[in-house]
This record gives sequence, C-alpha cells and structure tokens, in this order.
Amino acid sequence: MTAIDFLSIDLPAIFVAVLAATSCSLLGNFLVLRRQALIGDAISHAVLPGIVIGFLLAGTLSTLPLMLGAIGAAILAAGLIEALRQIGRIEAGAAMGVVFTTMFAAGIVLLEQAGASNVHIDAEHALYGSLESIIWMDLTVWMDLFTLDAYAGMPRHLVTLIGVTFSIVALVFLFFKELKVATFDPDLAVSIGLPMQKISTGFIVLVAVAAVASFEAVGSILVIAMFICPAATARMLTDKLSRQLWISAGVATLAGVGGYLFAAFGPQLWGSSNSLNAAGAIAVVAGLLQVMAMVAGPRYGALTRTIKKRKQRPASIY
Amino acid sequence: MTIVEAYTVLTFQAGYNTSVVLTGVIALGFGGGVIGVFPYLRKRSLVSNAISHATLPGIAMAFLLSVTLGGSGRNLALLTAGATLSGAIGIFAIQWIRDQTRLAEDTAIGTVLSVFFGIGVVLLSHIQTMKTGAQAGLNSFLLGSTAMLTSGEALLISISSAVAIGCSLAFIKEFRTVAFDKDFAKAQGWQTSHFDLIMLALLLAIMAIGLKTVGLVLIIALVIVPPATARFWTNRLGCMIALSGLFGGLSGWIGGAFSALYPNMPAGAVIVLTAASIFTFSLLCAPKRGVITRSICRLRLRFFALENRGLISIAGGYTPLDPITRYLFRWRGYMDPNGKLTASGVEAAAEANRQRRLWFVYRRHHPDADISLGLHNGRPIEEMLSPEILARLERERE
Repeated sequence: MTAIDFLSIDLPAIFVAVLAATSCSLLGNFLVLRRQALIGDAISHAVLPGIVIGFLLAGTLSTLPLMLGAIGAAILAAGLIEALRQIGRIEAGAAMGVVFTTMFAAGIVLLEQAGASNVHIDAEHALYGSLESIIWMDLTVWMDLFTLDAYAGMPRHLVTLIGVTFSIVALVFLFFKELKVATFDPDLAVSIGLPMQKISTGFIVLVAVAAVASFEAVGSILVIAMFICPAATARMLTDKLSRQLWISAGVATLAGVGGYLFAAFGPQLWGSSNSLNAAGAIAVVAGLLQVMAMVAGPRYGALTRTIKKRKQRPASIY
Repeated sequence: MTIVEAYTVLTFQAGYNTSVVLTGVIALGFGGGVIGVFPYLRKRSLVSNAISHATLPGIAMAFLLSVTLGGSGRNLALLTAGATLSGAIGIFAIQWIRDQTRLAEDTAIGTVLSVFFGIGVVLLSHIQTMKTGAQAGLNSFLLGSTAMLTSGEALLISISSAVAIGCSLAFIKEFRTVAFDKDFAKAQGWQTSHFDLIMLALLLAIMAIGLKTVGLVLIIALVIVPPATARFWTNRLGCMIALSGLFGGLSGWIGGAFSALYPNMPAGAVIVLTAASIFTFSLLCAPKRGVITRSICRLRLRFFALENRGLISIAGGYTPLDPITRYLFRWRGYMDPNGKLTASGVEAAAEANRQRRLWFVYRRHHPDADISLGLHNGRPIEEMLSPEILARLERERE
C-alpha cells in the first residue's frame, strides 16, 4: 500500500462510512427508544421498487432520480405501515413485515422485467453497497486536503453525505427538546401542544433521507446496523439522552474507521492480499462493540450486574 | 397466455418440472402459513426477519467447510444444516438480549439481523475471492431460485413442512394458552419461554427449508402475510390456522403458476405479491374486520347519532336547522318537503326521547355498567336489556 492509494481510495471511503454511520446512528437513538428500531430495516428493503421506478422513468443511473424514487418509496412504506396499523388494526411488527416484503417483491419483479434492457442495478449491489468503488482522484498527498482544487473532484457520495449529515445534526440539535419529549412522554407532548403527527412524520422522512443517502454508498446492511447498534450500545452505557447521542456518534465513528481498516488491511495479517467487504465488516465491528457494552457495561451490563448481585449477597446468614 | 395454458399449469399438466416446482411452493406456502400463525399471535412475527438474515453466516461457513473437505460447496444438506445452526444461534441471541439487557425486542431483532448478516457478507466476500467457481450457487439463497427446484428438494420441502405442521399442532394447546393467556400459562407452572423457543424452532425449520427456494428476504413474507390475512376472517384459532395454511398454499399455487407462464417473473417474488393481493382483498372485504364493513358500520352509527340528536331536540321543542339532519329527516319521512314534522316524525321523536331517558335512569343505577350499554351504540334499548329491568326502569321514569 502506498500513501497515494490510501489517500485516494481508503480515506474517502472511510469518510463516507463515518458520515453514513454518524447520520444513521443519531436518528437510530430515537428509533431504539421509540421501539421503532426495525423501521430502518423495513425502509431499506422497501426502497427497492422506488429505485427501479426512478431508474425506469429517468433512464439513467444518475443520483437524483434514484434518490427521489427511493425517498418516495420509503415514505410510501412508512405511510402504508401506519395505515395498516390504524385502519387494518394490525400489530406494528406484522404491519412492517407485510409492507416491506411486499414492496421488496415488487421491486424484484420490476428489476427482472427491466433486466431485459441490460440494467446494472442488481440487488447485491444494493445490499453490499459500493464503499470499495469510491475514489477521490485529486488526493495524492496529505496537503491536498487543504487545497481548494482537490474539492472540485470530491466523490459524489461524499458530497451527498456531507450535506445529509450536516442537515441531520442541525435538525436533531434544533428539535432536540421536541424529539426528547415526543420520545419519552408522548402524553406530555400532546398536552403541551406539540404537533405529534408532524413530528413523527418529519422524523420518519428524516430517517428515510438518511437511509437512502447512506444506502447508495454503503448498502442496506450497514444502514440497518448503524440505525441500531451504536444507539443500542449507547443505551447500555447511559441514561441521559444527550450523552447517549454523543456516545452513539462516537461508536459509529469507531466502527466505521475500525471496520473499514479491518476489511481493507486485516487480511494482510494472515498473508492474504484480498480485502473483505467493508460494509459487512463495519457492521460486525459495531456488533462487537455492542456485545461488549451489553456484557460489561458499567451499570447495565449483564456481567456487571451479576457480579454486583454476588457482592450484595451476604456471605452467610450467621 | 391463454386460459387453456393457465389451466394446464394450475392443474399440474404442464410438464414434470413445473409440477415439481408447484408442489414444492404449495407445500412451503402451506407450512409457512400454518407455522406463522403462532409467532403472529405472540406479536413476534418479525423474529422471522432476524432468523432469515441470521442464516447467512451459517450458509457461508458450511460452504467453506465443504470446500475445505474437498467438496464442491453446493451440498444442499450441509448448507441447510449450517443455515439452521446459525439461525438457532440468532434466536438465542435475541432471547438473551431481550431477557438479560435493558434493550427491547425490536432492538434485539435489529442487532441480530444486521450483525449476523454483516458476518455473512464478510464471509461471502472472502468466498468470492476463492477460486472454486462454485460460489454462484450461494446467490440463490439471497433471492431464491424456484425454477431450479429438483424433485428431491420438493419432496424434502413437503415432508419437512408436514412434520413441522404436525409438531405445531401437537403443541397447539400450549401455544394457544401462551399466546392468549400468559398469566394462566404461568399459573400452570409452564415455562412460557420454553414454548416460545419451540415455536421459534419450528419457524426456523420451515424458513431454513424454504430459504433456497424463495430467498432470504421473501421467505419472511411467507410466515407473516398469510397469518395476517387469516386474522381478518376469523377469531378462532383453529379456523385461523386452516385459513392461513390455505392462503399460503394458494399464494404458492397461483404465484408459482404465474411465474411459470411469464418470462422474467421470479417465483419467490410473484408468490409474495400473490399473498399480498389476497391480504389486500381481505383487508378491504373481510366480513367483520374488513375496512369496508367497518367504515359502513361507522357511517351508519354516525347517521344514527345525527338522527337521534335531531329527534331528541324535536322532543325538547326545537326544530333542527342544519341541512344534513333536515335532509335525513325528509328521507326517513319524519318531515315533509316544507320542513314540517309528519305524524311519524312526532312519534319517532317521542320514542327517541323515551329511550334516552330510560338510559339515563339505567346509568344512574348502574354507573359501572359496560360502556357499550348506552344510547350511542345505535340499538334500541329493548334489544340490550331484559324486559324485567326495562319494566323497572319504566316505573322509575314515571
């Protein structure tokens, strides 16, 4: 590996992974607390027909139509799930299951039908993402990061994700209090006159945007993992929402960097020159971090609690 | 496509291969429908989502193992065994997270789903770089390869689906109790979590078997959509199981035939879309819980309330002025076109007032009576209360 390779291939990919992970994990905190953790999973499967339709209508694989199609499908999915819950009186989990599998099936049929015209949007690509294919040609030495010229050739995914991440951070920061009340005490939120319906809808739209923006770059597995694992890790470590948000962002960053480095350079440790799938490796690292928090978290970890219980038990009755 | 062609396929006369595929998917749909009922009633349908994703690392491991042992890696039995094993680990992981940490079940499902799938993807990316050339077979687990169903596999699916159904019916009493009255089950001294594990094991079995046929994501639909559909039609567990199996089998039958008739129609997806169509139809048209019936009921109740309010205000000496009530009254014959009350209108108003006052008296004596006993439910008081109570109420009203 040379420095140039690292700068133009690995660094932008790490940036993309970290940005995607951070934006998803911030929203994931609220998903986990609102018991909607699987909405990220549902959305990332349900966008498939939207992407195919976006492609069929626009005729190109350019970002905008695909993204619009995906966001449209994501919002449709969220709306359908809500409608099934309220009108059809179906339990939330089953409603999700019905909607996302159906939309995924519709997407596959559309894909196969369009497949006759030699399209290259295969489902695997959507699953695994394309972290490995992100290249920033203009970066040759570290100092390039401080020259304006280099930024003209910034990878498309990176540009999108920077915009999306900043919007999400800003929105979460701005509406922190509203989201907090709506998450922990919906009754109070209603009684102080918060527009709950609007907050929920806006939040789901935000989730959809984050999912779609990251999805394209890092694939659906990583999106699902990042919605849940960092937030769950943070939830095991703290009771305070603001701290939980910070921790989850930190965990996401750690997983993003660590997972990518492991996938790219880990195999060299045992003498293989091939690299592993980065999105999958990041998900695994995030999972490992979560397992550590679940087992050994200082207050709520399973092991910690067992030890504490042992200590509290009197040694002998007499 | 002609009707004759469709008939040929649907009646298993379109050649050996098509018939094998149809048998396989019908058995799978039926089995998935029956087994799926129990997780659905336990509100744990989405565990299937985690299970199916959690099978991927097992499949990849089994492939690697098989290659290391010198095989081609396409040994279906080994792959399925691997899938089952890692699916089982996934189930235990979910149970552990749910029971031992403060995280909720949906978070547990999401964690297991994404992390196991991540492991699977990493292993697959390693497999891709190997030079065995057999890895193409693995992709069929992701999206399914129904058309390549062999007669042996179809037989395997049918037998295992029958066995799984038999097991679930053997535990029907326990499953029913755990699903509907958990406290009673506990009072019986049962470990409810054991029965949950048996239930999830059966779910895992049917999913592992169908995995290669319809694919990792779409197999989820086969255990969620049919039970949700059946729930619209019945309140009885036995009926629900039968209907769910029927809907699942029907989806397999129609979807399988459809994909055989048209090019570029992957069977797994078409089966799911068929199931979704049956679901949508039931959602709208089911007799009691369907959306159409329920909205008609609601509309009828709203008209009743409007009419009743108008009649009561007439009895109190006012004439209702709002156009909808007046229109309704003309239609019912309570008013003539000039807005004057008819004889039947006066009578109806008196009757409405009588009922209202009877309900008042009743409420005074039974303030804690069921909320459905009251004026607003749209049925005359004579239908709701016994003649003896009515007579007493009448006396007190005097």
